[in-house]
Amino acid sequence: MLDQSYYAKADEIIEHYGRKAGSLIPIMQDIQGAYRYLPGELLSYVAKEIGVREAKAYSVATFYENFSFEPKGKYIIKVCDGTACHVRKSGPILDVLFKELGLNKKKHTTDDMVFTVETVSCLGACGLAPTLMVNEQVYPCMTPEKAIELIEELRGESV
Amino acid sequence: MTIVSRNDLLKVAEEAKERLDSYKCRILVCSGTGCVATGSELVYKKFMEIATNAENVTVDFNTCGGEHPIGVKHTGCQGVCELGPLVRIQKGDKVVQYVKVKLEECQEIFEKSVLDDQVLEDFLYKQDGITYEGPDDIPFIAKQTRITLANCGKYDALSLEEYIASGGFTALQKAMFEMTREEVAEEIEKSGLRGRGGGGFPTGRKWKQVMRQKETTRYVVCNGDEGDPGAFMDGSVMEGDPYALLEGMIIGAHTVSARDGYIYVRAEYPNSVSRLHHAIDELEKNNLLGENILGTDFSFHVHINRGAGAFVCGEGSALTASIEGNRGMPRVKPPRTVEKGLWEKPTVLNNVETFALVPKIVKNGSDWYRGYGTEGSPGTKTFSLTGSIQNTGLIEVPMGATLREIIYDVGGGLKGGTKFKAVQIGGPSGGCLTSEHLDVPLDFDSVKKYGAIIGSGGLVVMDENTCMVEVARFFMGFTQRESCGKCVPCREGTQRMLEILEKIIQGKGEMEDLDRLEELAEMVKSMALCGLGKSAPLPVLSTLKLFREEYEEHIRDHKCRAKVCEAMRQFLINEENCKGCGKCAKKCPVGAITGEKKQPYHIDDSLCIKCGACKDNCAFDAVYIEA
Repeated sequence: MLDQSYYAKADEIIEHYGRKAGSLIPIMQDIQGAYRYLPGELLSYVAKEIGVREAKAYSVATFYENFSFEPKGKYIIKVCDGTACHVRKSGPILDVLFKELGLNKKKHTTDDMVFTVETVSCLGACGLAPTLMVNEQVYPCMTPEKAIELIEELRGESV
Repeated sequence: MTIVSRNDLLKVAEEAKERLDSYKCRILVCSGTGCVATGSELVYKKFMEIATNAENVTVDFNTCGGEHPIGVKHTGCQGVCELGPLVRIQKGDKVVQYVKVKLEECQEIFEKSVLDDQVLEDFLYKQDGITYEGPDDIPFIAKQTRITLANCGKYDALSLEEYIASGGFTALQKAMFEMTREEVAEEIEKSGLRGRGGGGFPTGRKWKQVMRQKETTRYVVCNGDEGDPGAFMDGSVMEGDPYALLEGMIIGAHTVSARDGYIYVRAEYPNSVSRLHHAIDELEKNNLLGENILGTDFSFHVHINRGAGAFVCGEGSALTASIEGNRGMPRVKPPRTVEKGLWEKPTVLNNVETFALVPKIVKNGSDWYRGYGTEGSPGTKTFSLTGSIQNTGLIEVPMGATLREIIYDVGGGLKGGTKFKAVQIGGPSGGCLTSEHLDVPLDFDSVKKYGAIIGSGGLVVMDENTCMVEVARFFMGFTQRESCGKCVPCREGTQRMLEILEKIIQGKGEMEDLDRLEELAEMVKSMALCGLGKSAPLPVLSTLKLFREEYEEHIRDHKCRAKVCEAMRQFLINEENCKGCGKCAKKCPVGAITGEKKQPYHIDDSLCIKCGACKDNCAFDAVYIEA
């Protein structure tokens, strides 16, 4: 069972966008923005409130890559694997992050819920490739060594 | 300021221009995504702090005209991301540009260049022994023709007053008060403007088609879902000149009589979303958006929809489905978007760059626009120039410019002087052009003849260290992941093609695989439902045609000539060259290198992730790759 505050937050977001089918995606985005994931129970609640079938809401949520039913870490690291970054060797950066944090292509979040590592197709900072983004901040000109340093820095911050 | 009539707008423009001219000095800090990543936001705050605390200085635009007014401004992307953070010091027509500005340099710049008129040589851009003072003198910029990006970097991207003072909304006035709707559409058609999102469909014709529909509820939608990896032109325009884009949309809405407009922005561009929100708020506050614009019966509202990470939503019918709150899947056409688009209503759907060009064409006329580019593709095109090139960044050149001009004149040649191999143009829907195409004019129609497309304008330069088979696999992996799954040819075809490519890269390919790959590619190309599916095999077809021998080498000789494919390479240490300094072991992020000091070190291949850190850091050239 989710805490009552989750439903209060959802109500607030629903009010903002209006009770209509077209509001589904922005509502889910804001909920995910608030909790870093989309709690399934809350999605069912939203569907009922805005008059969308539950199955439809799930079909939309699972279609888009950005929605996650699994809780994500405090720091969401998105390693850019766009063309420019790929050509400038973004692969080893992802490898080293996976290795350092004990993650892999199936397991994206560390057990202590501090780090989530994902890839993203392009961050639009191609001139500074390879790049990665931590939450909403872009880090330019990365190397495997700099990635490790960044992790250590973030670990320091989160303690 | 409230603008409820044309006279109000003229008055506001005049006053704003006066205030703009009264600045003693403006400090323009680039705040494109690239510069923000290198710390320009901190530089902006630092200058703001220094200017606010300085004596006899006013920084507020509204009280400008007081003593020594100095502006500290956020500007749009100037294109040379590698030199960021970029800071321009502008005094009247004289502009000095400092590159790679550090926080500790701000005070000195303020004292010597802002309060005084010195030019700080050390912070200027230098190339081949020449120092460049003005931003437009830098060869990278000087060799371009900037129309869409003309104002990116020149004024405050967030300030409506500065936009108006710089001539903003004169095009809207002209469209609303001096021309009929038909004349506006005709002018756009005559200009030859073609959709900048990649399709290249004539914009004026599209607008006219919507105007002809019986249904009177119509929509204007802007496609800012710039999903092609390696492309960031639209993001730069949304961040750097949001009012120009919005003015284009307002003109479009007025022309086709739409009441509502939507901008669909991809989720990975938080900067673009927040600047557009800000710009829309400003326009609403000043009655340039909303009810009864400029005192007429024309009303128009703009909404922003954020994407949620689906590449396919860049396709028109998928994009409108997503705005409606559905899965973003393309549908069968006809009916086309101009007939039944958003909520089944006639819809004008144009790309960011296209809308941003509209005010300029309306203001200056179609003949002016046709003065650039080629007969069939007039105007200019923005490209994001990336990869193994000296100057990466955002560029704009006339349609019909050649690759040679782009790579060698604007781009400054290949990075590190390596040998040019190919460019990948048009992203995952595009193809490759090689050294034999260096003098082909780049326009919508010529490029198609060589199996590539202009697309949205991603231009990735590749040198001899790039493996073309791996590039094909990279794009196939992307389109396979992003295939929406609605039609079988794309869903299954891209999957099978990817499997074959992976097999080849792992050194397990057979010669027959190449035929299978070609057959599948032709099938997907002819049978997929939407444009994205149809073009998904293009990178494979293009590399197969141009670099077939590389595929064959992978299969027959288990050799990757670019030494990229992991299965075919191993990092080794030459025992004779190794001095046993231990630097490689220290740099190895996974601890795969061991050894005793002053003895040759050793790499454990089972742990090695082939990142190359050891090779890059070895001072004695002892690490080598065996392919």
